[in-house]
Amino acid sequence: MIKLLKRLGKKEWLLVLCSTIFIIGQVYLDLKLPDYMTEITTFLQQKGSTIKDVLIPGSKMILCALGSLTSSFIVGYFAATIASTLSKTIRKDVFQKVLDFGMEEINRFSTGSLITRTTNDITQIQTVISIGLQLIIKAPILAVWAIYKIAGKAWQWSLATGIATLVLLTLITILVTLVMPKFKKIQSLTDNLNKITRENLTGIRVIRAFNAESYQENKFNEANNELTNTNLFTQRLMASMSPIMNLVMSGLTLSIYFIGAYLIEAANLMDKINVFSNMVVFSAYAMQVVMAFMMLAMIFFIYPRASVSAKRILEVLNTNINIKNGKISKDITKETGTIEFVDVSFRYPDAEECMLENISFKINKGEIVAFIGSTGSGKSTLINLIPRFYDVTSGTILVDGVDIREYNQEYLYSKLGYIPQKAVMFSGTVGYNISYGAKKNIQKNKIIESLKVAQGYDFVSKMPEKLKSHIAQGGTNISGGQKQRLAIARAITKNPEIYIFDDSFSALDYKTDLSLRKELKQYTKDATILIVAQRIGTIINADKIVVLENGKMVGLGKHKDLLKTCQVYKEIALSQLSKEELENA
Amino acid sequence: MPSFGKGSVNKIAEKPKDFKDSIKKLIKSLNSYSKLISLAIVLAILSSILTIIGPDKIQDFTNEILNGLISGIDFTKIVNMAIFLIIIYLLSSIFGYLQGFIMATVTNKFTKELRNNIAQKINKLPLRYFDNTTYGDVLSRVTNDVDTLGQTMNNSIGSLVGAIVLFIGVIIMMFINNWMMALTAIFSTFIGFILMTIIMKKSQKYFNTQQNELGRINGHIEEIYSGHNVVKVYNGVKDANKKFDDINKKLFISSKKSQFLSGLMHPIMAFIGNFGYVAICVVGAMLVIENKISIGSIVAFMIYVRLFSSPLTTMAQAATQLQSAAAASERVFKFLEEKEMPIEKDRKNLDKIQVKGNISFEHVKFGYNKNKTIIKDFNVKIKSGQKIAIVGPTGAGKTTLVNLLMKFYETNSGDIKIDNISIKDLTRENIHELFSMVLQDTWLFNGTIKENIIYNQKNITFKEVEKACQIVGLDHFIRTLPKGYNTVINDADSISSGQKQLLTIARSMLEKAPLLILDEATSSVDTRTEELVQKAMDKLTEGRTSFIIAHRLSTIKNADLILVLKDGDIVEQGNHQELIKQNGFYAELYNSQFEN
Repeated sequence: MIKLLKRLGKKEWLLVLCSTIFIIGQVYLDLKLPDYMTEITTFLQQKGSTIKDVLIPGSKMILCALGSLTSSFIVGYFAATIASTLSKTIRKDVFQKVLDFGMEEINRFSTGSLITRTTNDITQIQTVISIGLQLIIKAPILAVWAIYKIAGKAWQWSLATGIATLVLLTLITILVTLVMPKFKKIQSLTDNLNKITRENLTGIRVIRAFNAESYQENKFNEANNELTNTNLFTQRLMASMSPIMNLVMSGLTLSIYFIGAYLIEAANLMDKINVFSNMVVFSAYAMQVVMAFMMLAMIFFIYPRASVSAKRILEVLNTNINIKNGKISKDITKETGTIEFVDVSFRYPDAEECMLENISFKINKGEIVAFIGSTGSGKSTLINLIPRFYDVTSGTILVDGVDIREYNQEYLYSKLGYIPQKAVMFSGTVGYNISYGAKKNIQKNKIIESLKVAQGYDFVSKMPEKLKSHIAQGGTNISGGQKQRLAIARAITKNPEIYIFDDSFSALDYKTDLSLRKELKQYTKDATILIVAQRIGTIINADKIVVLENGKMVGLGKHKDLLKTCQVYKEIALSQLSKEELENA
Repeated sequence: MPSFGKGSVNKIAEKPKDFKDSIKKLIKSLNSYSKLISLAIVLAILSSILTIIGPDKIQDFTNEILNGLISGIDFTKIVNMAIFLIIIYLLSSIFGYLQGFIMATVTNKFTKELRNNIAQKINKLPLRYFDNTTYGDVLSRVTNDVDTLGQTMNNSIGSLVGAIVLFIGVIIMMFINNWMMALTAIFSTFIGFILMTIIMKKSQKYFNTQQNELGRINGHIEEIYSGHNVVKVYNGVKDANKKFDDINKKLFISSKKSQFLSGLMHPIMAFIGNFGYVAICVVGAMLVIENKISIGSIVAFMIYVRLFSSPLTTMAQAATQLQSAAAASERVFKFLEEKEMPIEKDRKNLDKIQVKGNISFEHVKFGYNKNKTIIKDFNVKIKSGQKIAIVGPTGAGKTTLVNLLMKFYETNSGDIKIDNISIKDLTRENIHELFSMVLQDTWLFNGTIKENIIYNQKNITFKEVEKACQIVGLDHFIRTLPKGYNTVINDADSISSGQKQLLTIARSMLEKAPLLILDEATSSVDTRTEELVQKAMDKLTEGRTSFIIAHRLSTIKNADLILVLKDGDIVEQGNHQELIKQNGFYAELYNSQFEN
């Protein structure tokens, strides 16, 4: 938590300082109020006082109250500024950091967790700072000052106040220790309930097909019971909070008056009125003392929550990023569109076995290269090494003759057109999605051209507002195949040297797949194209086919050659097409 | 249907469409708790009345001390008074706690019941309902809306009753004491209260914008994080940052303002207290000097002023809370009142073991909504034991056929018969019993692999589970996982989509149903594994009718009958060889994989 506060700027620290000054002023004024109360009550006791006598301290008192109000306005404004600035800064820092993450770091945290860390956790910090900052400054000042004010009046009163404070603090401590862990549990129980409901909704057809409705309901019931019982426990306990607090507060006033009666009786005649007004004033100060301690207790109450959030945020900010940016940002060799794997091995962090072992091959400019193999053979992993989502464990990957680790990432990316297995859509127009990341002055013609090549022009022109049609977050308002075509159009618009298709064609039917590849080749004659595929039909005409099995390269060559030389390839091919078809193709 | 809006993001200023109606429904559903709630209300009233008596007695107490200033204090009287006061305070606290205890109990029982009702309702609604509703919407009813209701009931009812009693009581007590002082107290409090209302209105506006901006920035973060790969490779970082900064700045401004304004409430309350105090003292002093009241009543009024301002705030807060509770209950009850699937009585029953599996579609017509027919006039007769494949472009109605066959939806006209019995005459439960169904979207829940495979099926031994996994070729993989079959499946796991599909196939194998539906069930499995699974499936379903929907033509090549669907009609049918010979739509589709 404290480490996060270091991110506050000089200006904000100045505001903290100013707030402190104003808070001191405020406490001074607040504590001045009972003094005027004394004055007023004293005047009231004396026979022959006029209204004027009351009006003077009365108006002073109102001035004090106004002054206190003004200071709290100012402090409130400063606190709001500090808290909002801090959360704005942290939010930006975390966002920036996550953007710099590689796949390794993202997978370590999981996307969902990173999202909560950037949103909820920061909101939490902001709330705590805006409340806590004032409390943490005000409470000690108020406590010390108020105690100082009442000290020396009568020890019996102080004792009563001390006991009342102690009772309240004990009560709060007990409640907090009993209730706090349950609060955490409630959060996870609610999540659980949500999970089961979501499960029920997403699996509704399966559940009905299995006649498993009552099975699901029982499961829900169990989670619901647990949640209800925990809720009941905490709420019943919390219900005792305000009645007990009221009891202690009223009890304290009563005891001060009760003790006061004895003190007055014991005092000599002249002092009696004095003691009486002291008593009235003391009861007011006593409340302030109790309040101050309650504020302190509040800090302990909210701090743990903020501290958990702060830890989670710091975890992100303190993560070391494994992928380091290189320096090269211009072409230094004459090669373009070439990729070479030199003895590349890759192992996922913490994994025992290598995902890829000793892979070597070279791809020339303008070639179409396909990667095939069964699920889990490492095709996608291999292709993901080129945009450096992960770095190789050993060996090197050269793009245009240069080790990709030496490139400035932005420059490397400008050479690549990557289309993931699951198309990513951003909320915005169709046009925005296609020209994503491209230079600003992109021509509309270019977008339409790319769309045509990607076989997406037909459906886009049927949309009500064509290129200006809105795409919802995550592309939920268009189908999977449509998303895939837009994602491909996005890559084409970029005009890259190298296309990387990570199983991007499987959502398309054979015909669309075919015409897309045909037109793509025509449109981008010089571009190198890498395709991960499942279907033999998709890759049958590739210039090179890389066959993977358990992370090893077991075949490299053209379709016809591989049929003869590579057993794995032959098996894959035969599982899809008959012998005759293979020979005729 | 996809929805563009994300529902209302802000939960602060929400207003119900029909406040009275939703409150009425809420009260009606609380009927069984009416006795407990009445008791809580009585306790709240008692507790508040005692709170009001307190200051009056403190006044007597002070007067007694003052009277004794010169002549000496009467301690027996004072002690008696103190004891009386302590009893009052104690009783007030006890009643207050009992009220809170009862309300917590009622609330939790009620919300539990509501949640259970919603969960059961989900399974009673026709699938059609979910075409137009997002999951998030239903989810937020189960948790957020029910929580809002619970919290309001828990906090508001007790405090609202208390506040009203306190409010009225304090006014009465003040007027009994002295009308001039009473007017002073009321007047000074109201000035402050008006000020507060103005600020509340203002801050509400900023709260709304803050919520909106928060929603926007969360959306942006979610989008960029989940599309991280693409953002990077397309050098979209700058664009993402620009958008982020823009929203972040707006959020900063609105959150600063709303926080500042909402922080004003407390100091203003304190000021009102002080202001009222001075007003009371000044007016009181005048009256004391004129000998119209005692000092004791000033002391009492000092407390009255404090007691008076708190119920006002409580009532204002309770009013907004009640409004959002009404909105929440409106949504909850609307969901609970949705039309359910009809209850099926007096239906025939097909025995799972004896069913043969002759299935016929007769002039089936269907559309998800009235103005768009998807299946136009579908006719086919399927003989027992046949392997039927359905192919066709997206949107041709392949999955719709399955939905109709499983009676997830009912046909608009025409009929589907199993062994010559119309599915209209069978219960949904009976139909579901006859089919094993595997879908493209794998559905696995948070539980161990074993639990996921067995699911709700009874009398399944572990041996059978292992065997099913061996058949689909997963046994080895599962054993390499840290806890084997007891490994818990969660979101961030290492099981690929292909493996997930194989798990769901294993699950349906255990079901041993006479009819089988595979809807793109192996789309993510590589072709070699698929072939093995298919062979195993064929063995299992020998002599049983099966339906296979697939994109990949190699999956369906050996089907007995291939139905080629286009725009809701069968355009071609026959087996692979026949269709290739026909040289029509299917042949064109098939041959496109060899072309270049």
